[in-house]
Amino acid sequence: MNKLQFMSVDSLPYAVPPAVRWQRWLDFMFHKVTFGFALLAFLVLAGILVSLMIGAWPAFREFGFAFVTTVEWDPVNDRYGALIAIVGTLLTSFIALLIAFPVSFGIALFLTEICPVWLRRPMGTAIELLAGVPSIIYGMWGLFVFAPLFADHVQPLLVKTLGQVPGIGKLFAGPMMGIGILTAGIILAIMIIPFISSVMRDVFEVVPPVLKESAYALGCTKWEVVRKIVLPFTRNGVIGGVMLGLGRALGETMAITFVIGNANKLSWSLFAAGNSIASTLANEFAEADSPLHVSSLFALGLILFVITFIVLATSKLMLLKMARKEGLK
Amino acid sequence: MKNHGSRSIYQTRLLVHRLGIALSVLAMAIGICFLLWILVTLVLNGASALNLALFIESTPSPGSEGGGLLNAIFGSLMMVFVSTAISTPVGILAGIYLAEYGEESLFAQVTRFVIDIMLSAPSIVIGLFVYAIYVAQAKHFSGWAGSFALALIALPIVVRTTDNMLALVPTALREAAYALGAPRWKVALMIRLRAVKAGVLTGILLAVARIAGETAPLLFTALNNQFFSANMNQPMANLPVVIFQFAMSPYDNWRQLAWGGALLVTFGVLGLNILSRSIFKKEHQG
Repeated sequence: MNKLQFMSVDSLPYAVPPAVRWQRWLDFMFHKVTFGFALLAFLVLAGILVSLMIGAWPAFREFGFAFVTTVEWDPVNDRYGALIAIVGTLLTSFIALLIAFPVSFGIALFLTEICPVWLRRPMGTAIELLAGVPSIIYGMWGLFVFAPLFADHVQPLLVKTLGQVPGIGKLFAGPMMGIGILTAGIILAIMIIPFISSVMRDVFEVVPPVLKESAYALGCTKWEVVRKIVLPFTRNGVIGGVMLGLGRALGETMAITFVIGNANKLSWSLFAAGNSIASTLANEFAEADSPLHVSSLFALGLILFVITFIVLATSKLMLLKMARKEGLK
Repeated sequence: MKNHGSRSIYQTRLLVHRLGIALSVLAMAIGICFLLWILVTLVLNGASALNLALFIESTPSPGSEGGGLLNAIFGSLMMVFVSTAISTPVGILAGIYLAEYGEESLFAQVTRFVIDIMLSAPSIVIGLFVYAIYVAQAKHFSGWAGSFALALIALPIVVRTTDNMLALVPTALREAAYALGAPRWKVALMIRLRAVKAGVLTGILLAVARIAGETAPLLFTALNNQFFSANMNQPMANLPVVIFQFAMSPYDNWRQLAWGGALLVTFGVLGLNILSRSIFKKEHQG
């Protein structure tokens, strides 16, 4: 439409003063320039995908699809497989979600329904500050403060209780070092709690008061209102929040690098040291010499990017669904 | 007579309700406790490293005593400054396009979608990208590459806040300006953007807070530098990477410096967070 305006300046029935002509030219340029910058954001994403694919190509050509299912990661003999890193990434993120989901739900519930109004703002800010703490600080705190306490007090307890249960017992066995997959999962949980709870809080707030009031009028307790009215109404939003947290957890780098133990092996025990995609990249990329090693690391990056892209896209779609529902109410 | 076997439905419901509420309060307490625990840890470990030398001396060589973080602090400030200088104008203009011309068009919707994903994309992948297109071509690590990586992380934050804030401007305000004969670019920049400048500033500050503590994308872009350097074309020292290297080192002196740096970064970042919130609150309450 703007373009049309600009092009038709000369065909106007009256003489257009030069000042107006100049302003219209500026308008035209303004439109194009801002469009260019918006397009840039788009191109960066495409650029990331393309550059990762180019970087990863030699590794995939060498190892084929088996790259994803191979356990061995051996820089000395120049053989690489991604399975350890993929399993480590998915496992730590899964543990993190398992812990973060109920806690985030509790926090969102507290902030929307229970907390006195004057306390909501400071409490909400405190939780959001948890998201502001840089990842590397979580790593230092996890390694030097949390891990020793975890090894001395929590891990023996886990071995005595969950470790004795048949079936899942072997998950909680082995040397109690404090660092490892489980510790990484717990630290990740603390890091993603603010993201999940802030989405949940936002969607809980859009539930129409009439719905809740009707339930209260029928004699529901607060818990029943939350469980049977708020949660079903906001289901898509809650799933979106959880997926957002998952996306964050998958790509988290520094905190994991500190506490996961950085060992290239697979083990049944959650106490064992492992590796995630991001921590492998952080540890090895700057020192990688052989072209195949670099390319394999690019391939890991590509796998990570594709997984997080899918998870985050799902999250976004769920939240859009929720927003539409809000619009229709 | 009542006993446990025949507890009335009402009592059970009340019990479940109380349990749920108690667990919710517990969850909140867990969150607050972890925040306090981390902050207290930082103060206890980092306070003793806070002295003048931290700010006026460069990082010490392995195993030696003394030294500070001057080169790292300077490098971090430089790179955060450069990346903010890149991402702010680009981000604001892109945000203006989305709000002013894009609105609900397909291109705008898809761009928003993509930017929202970039907002949470793993920062280490951004580092890989910058390595591939810049460091690998230039054949050396540099402060520019680090700044570029940080700018890519800050960009989506600035775009989305600008876009969201501009959407809040009342149409009547813009129509009034158009009625006076103002051209569109003037209305966009001088009426609409100015009306939400506090909100946009909040977005910029939040972006600065985010990139100031970012470590992963700098590991293979800016790398690190043991010496003071103001040359952006050379590897550049920066707080997060120095903290990472020093914390993982076996030297007590280095670890002590790492805690001091961690204290600086965390309180700087959290301070920026609180500052941006208070600016936003002040502007939108009056």
